[in-house]
Amino acid sequence: MKSEGFATASEARNEYVRRVTEQKYEFGFTTDIHTEIIEKGLNENIVRLISAKKGEPEWMLDFRLKAFRYWREQTEPKWGHVHVPPIDYQEISYYADPTYGKSRNSNNSSNSGQPDTIDPELEKTFDKLGIPLEERLALSGNTAVDAIMDSVSVKTTFKEKLREKGVIFCSIGEAVKEHGDLVRQYLGSVVPYRDNFFAALNSAVFSDGSFVYIPKGVRCPMELSSYFRINARNTGQFERTLIIADDDSYVSYLEGCTAPMRDENQLHAAIVEIIVMNRAEVKYSTVQNWYPGDENGKGGVLNLVTKRGELRGVDSKLSWTQVETGSAITWKYPSCILRGDRSQAEFYSVAVTNNYQEADTGTKMIHLGKNTKSTIISKGISAGHSQNSYRGLVRAAATADNARNYSSCDSLLLGSDCGAHTFPYMDVHNETAIFEHEATTSKISEEQLFYCNQRGIPTEQAVGLIVNGYAKEVLQKLPMEFAVEAQKLLSVSLEGTVG
Amino acid sequence: MLEVKNLHARIGEKEILKGINLVINDGETHAIMGPNGSGKSTLSAVLVGNPQYEVTEGEVWFNGKHSADGRLLPEGRKNLLEMKPEDRAHEGIFLSFQYPVEIPGVSMTNFMKAAINEKRKYQGLEPMNAAEFLKLMREKRKVVELDSKLSNRSVNEGFSGGEKKRNEIFQMAMLEPKLSILDETDSGLDVDAMRIVAEGVNKLQTPETSCIVITHYDRLLEMIRPQYVHVLYQGRIVKTGGPELAVLIQEHGYDWIKEEIGEE
Repeated sequence: MKSEGFATASEARNEYVRRVTEQKYEFGFTTDIHTEIIEKGLNENIVRLISAKKGEPEWMLDFRLKAFRYWREQTEPKWGHVHVPPIDYQEISYYADPTYGKSRNSNNSSNSGQPDTIDPELEKTFDKLGIPLEERLALSGNTAVDAIMDSVSVKTTFKEKLREKGVIFCSIGEAVKEHGDLVRQYLGSVVPYRDNFFAALNSAVFSDGSFVYIPKGVRCPMELSSYFRINARNTGQFERTLIIADDDSYVSYLEGCTAPMRDENQLHAAIVEIIVMNRAEVKYSTVQNWYPGDENGKGGVLNLVTKRGELRGVDSKLSWTQVETGSAITWKYPSCILRGDRSQAEFYSVAVTNNYQEADTGTKMIHLGKNTKSTIISKGISAGHSQNSYRGLVRAAATADNARNYSSCDSLLLGSDCGAHTFPYMDVHNETAIFEHEATTSKISEEQLFYCNQRGIPTEQAVGLIVNGYAKEVLQKLPMEFAVEAQKLLSVSLEGTVG
Repeated sequence: MLEVKNLHARIGEKEILKGINLVINDGETHAIMGPNGSGKSTLSAVLVGNPQYEVTEGEVWFNGKHSADGRLLPEGRKNLLEMKPEDRAHEGIFLSFQYPVEIPGVSMTNFMKAAINEKRKYQGLEPMNAAEFLKLMREKRKVVELDSKLSNRSVNEGFSGGEKKRNEIFQMAMLEPKLSILDETDSGLDVDAMRIVAEGVNKLQTPETSCIVITHYDRLLEMIRPQYVHVLYQGRIVKTGGPELAVLIQEHGYDWIKEEIGEE
């Protein structure tokens, strides 16, 4: 008469963990829509073709070509604690347009490249993802959305309302044409195309993404968000996001991502650049839920992303919050360059890996200005056969008098076949700098689960309670709508609504 | 309330319980005493369904009505051994752990809210509303004079030994079990803390609830007065008596009982 027919308690525990972590991927459907996909392969002609399709000015094409020529000379980085499968860059299509054939913006003055009317299939897709494209159906009535499918921005909501405040929120494609001076000034100024292999690739072939400009003294009246969806087969997504917060401005920006279940890997190599001027504040939140592959590690998105913000102004603030649950491989280090004196940067991260997922994620905090301060809170949760690594660099330049950093990196293991790793680097060139680092690794014990069971809490709920308690510090940083999605992703309701 | 019949259980290859028979009626308090390693904690663990132990033989019935000979009548009784630990809890079995475990990051408030609402779900009830729940927390804290600060802390994390034990009785008060098992709740407590715990337990007893008190000492039994005292030795109940048995054990130890049953 064994409990639930398991030979040993640890077998029973593993079974619980398997059940708890084996959540079906909810967003794995595909959209059946006529999509124009350019031929596979990458060469200068493809780069020119992408630029031509987007109707770009000469300087933009030059930027792309320079990046492409640099990329051609580079090799993929190998230092991450991940096993990136060989990527054949000639077997990928670099441009997929699900809005092809629709008439575009013939009836208004803007030059967004977005279709006048949205294909009902596209609308249905975003509805299913919980992202209504009609303004009257907006999430909370207070979030503007830029919806991007494959290589093209399908729709940006509330553009007019934001424009009243002087806020520019549009696709990067539109910005290149309509706000060329701003884009030209800032694009590549935080992440130059020479930064790394994938940054060079993105700079050569980036398709769409969002552009945000908050003018001086403006507090953006709405949450801004981008929703990225990969749909087409054998295509890469190379989105590019550029956010500029001018002096004394404020914006909170959210990013969500999903992809269909496909057997082959899909490449996603994005760049996000953020510029924060004097006394401005930017909050950037991500809930990343790209398709993680199946339970045997087949398929899934390769998420190789460069995200960086520069705190260019004095007293500026930048906060990255990320909940990473998807992707077969995540290689991502949202970073901050603290250039302005007294600037403050934060990185809050929860990374969940399961099955055969691998995540190598963390941040870089580069202190250049005086009295700058950064905080790193990283929570890794590993289950199944996954590998979860925190990799971080905190640097104080010789100029960074009184720089302060506090880092706390915790790992939680569910089961005994997964791995958690921490690679913290510190590089201090100023003796007045004070950096602190703490790290813990813990496991959910059978005793803890049984204690919960005895109080009437089944194991699945108990694991959820413990995992949410563990991630609480980060989840609390998310805007409300995202917190709800993040909780759901972590499989149970969030704590703290009572008491 | 409870009928245990010829219960055998082992951990790994080692048989620890070798045929326990025990009947507990509504409203009764039973003490279980015995030397170290006699199987007292194993008995409590098996009753609440700890998966580390394997039941090899016997029956455990819970709830329902007793017949004249003490057996539980078939209608309405539940076969505990076929139930998951959480369902046993929902049916009304509570264990005050000898070593309450710490659960970092999970506040007592959220923990109790989950426990109460899981029980309500089992009973087909809606979750308790927030105001009602907080009121209940406040009321029940008083039973064991538990500091309100503790309910905002993580479960048992950083609690002193005495606070952990009081916290167990607080949870008992919140969950209102039918059968409470106190596994050496007195160990590590000073006299004052023991009095608070004992008074808490006494306040919670009703004619419909029962209690099993596992202890080494009669001091707790002076405060929680059991009707029956059982001596567990080498996996069997070898002697049963009234409260006076606890006093005898306190004065003379267990050797005389071992002699009685024919051991050296």
